[in-house]
Amino acid sequence: MSKVRVLVGTKKGAFILSADGKRDKWSVSGPHFAGWEIYHVKGSPVNPDRIYASQTSGWFGQIIQRSDDGGKTWHQPGTPAGQAPAPGGRPVAESNKFVYDVSGPDGKPLTTHQWYDGTQHPWEFKRVWHLEPSLTDADTVYAGIEDAALFRSTDGAQNWHELSGLRGHGTGPRWQPGAGGMCLHTIILDPSDPLRIYIAISAAGAFRTDNGGKTWKPINRGLHSQFLPDPNAEIGHCVHHVAMHKARPKTLFMQKHWDVMRSDDAGDNWREISGNLPTDFGFVIDVHAHEPETVYVVPIKSDGEHFPLEGKLRVYRSRSGGNEWEPLTKGLPQSDCYVNVLRDAMAVDSLDSCGVYFGTTGGQVYGSADAGNTWAPIVHDLPSVLSVEVQTLP
Amino acid sequence: MIRVVLPQHLRTLAHVGSEVTLEVGGTATLRSVLDALENSYPMLRGTIRDHVTLQRRPFLRFFVCQEDWSHLPADTPLPKEVTSGAEPFLIIGAIAGG
Repeated sequence: MSKVRVLVGTKKGAFILSADGKRDKWSVSGPHFAGWEIYHVKGSPVNPDRIYASQTSGWFGQIIQRSDDGGKTWHQPGTPAGQAPAPGGRPVAESNKFVYDVSGPDGKPLTTHQWYDGTQHPWEFKRVWHLEPSLTDADTVYAGIEDAALFRSTDGAQNWHELSGLRGHGTGPRWQPGAGGMCLHTIILDPSDPLRIYIAISAAGAFRTDNGGKTWKPINRGLHSQFLPDPNAEIGHCVHHVAMHKARPKTLFMQKHWDVMRSDDAGDNWREISGNLPTDFGFVIDVHAHEPETVYVVPIKSDGEHFPLEGKLRVYRSRSGGNEWEPLTKGLPQSDCYVNVLRDAMAVDSLDSCGVYFGTTGGQVYGSADAGNTWAPIVHDLPSVLSVEVQTLP
Repeated sequence: MIRVVLPQHLRTLAHVGSEVTLEVGGTATLRSVLDALENSYPMLRGTIRDHVTLQRRPFLRFFVCQEDWSHLPADTPLPKEVTSGAEPFLIIGAIAGG
């Protein structure tokens, strides 16, 4: 029977939730990296025992962790699992080193972006928000970082190099941080075209490369952000998350700061699909594993009040690719619930009956084994959840 | 022999106990002690000093014989009490309260 493994990053460590295909009895391991913020944990689709984790701390900076046994043991890449390297050993902490390329394609230094007050500000590495393992090579993994840039490792996360064409394509000085920092939080690899990658940045917008990261272009036409001096500007939109179904790689679904959006031409043009949502503010968005027109969001009241409307935690599902949404409430708290669901904290498994999972800032991870019809908490009392990913295992 | 006391999270990261001992050749300074620490425990690179600039991370401080050495030049020689191992070199994280 198939199994699932839910990888949870929290404010105080990582947790791994495991179950068989029925998904009714769960075992919990963790906290891994106790006390550290774990922004993201994600497994390789090539080798599911290979898992990458972003471990970070305001005190001690960025650590990249890797497991080669499905999360049982972890090591900084280059260090044998569970062992400290011998004195004089290789400099394993290169895996923690993210150094911006300061020379763009035109030879000019890429040194500034827009600060909150509109002045220019130097790029400063803060943390890794998102790790995206390659679809074809377990040793290749991408990292989305704050301040926003895209890095890649081709040696199992031992060494990282910036794909600097993203910052270098010309709009970098107009990027600005959102309230959570200027983070590159979404990386989508096109399964039909190994040279095409989508990324999204708060608050710059969405971007696409069609040549493996050498050059990039903004893909924000159709986005409308009232907080911008020009609401239809090419750059400056606060994209919260983007999702794609692997069978339709040109169709993208976006949860923007406000507005749920859709593109059917690889991001070249977007149209709003918020429809009958009670509020179209939110962070997460995801697509059913087998139904490319079935989309999930968790509406949040507003940018000033990051909790569900009326204290009711409701996932909304559209089975028509947007506009028509139904609330999914069975098993979710329908009173006095004031948690948030952060942008990387929803995932779907690929079992026949698609499982949907999300984590809250209140420390609950909810799961549904029937595509959202019914929900149950897998765990109640974890630290605040930053990210949720799921692996479907044979 | 120089004794270095690490914050809890760095002990976990380096797989060590409350303190580590280091041999530092020549005149021991703030910089040479940190170099020796990172050579012996490479997983700590970037956690105490920035990878590139080698500047102390803002939420960490260095204490020597009950004095704050966080802002002294990196080439300041360490006192005999520390180089002899009688007193530890302390790396301390800022306290996070509720």
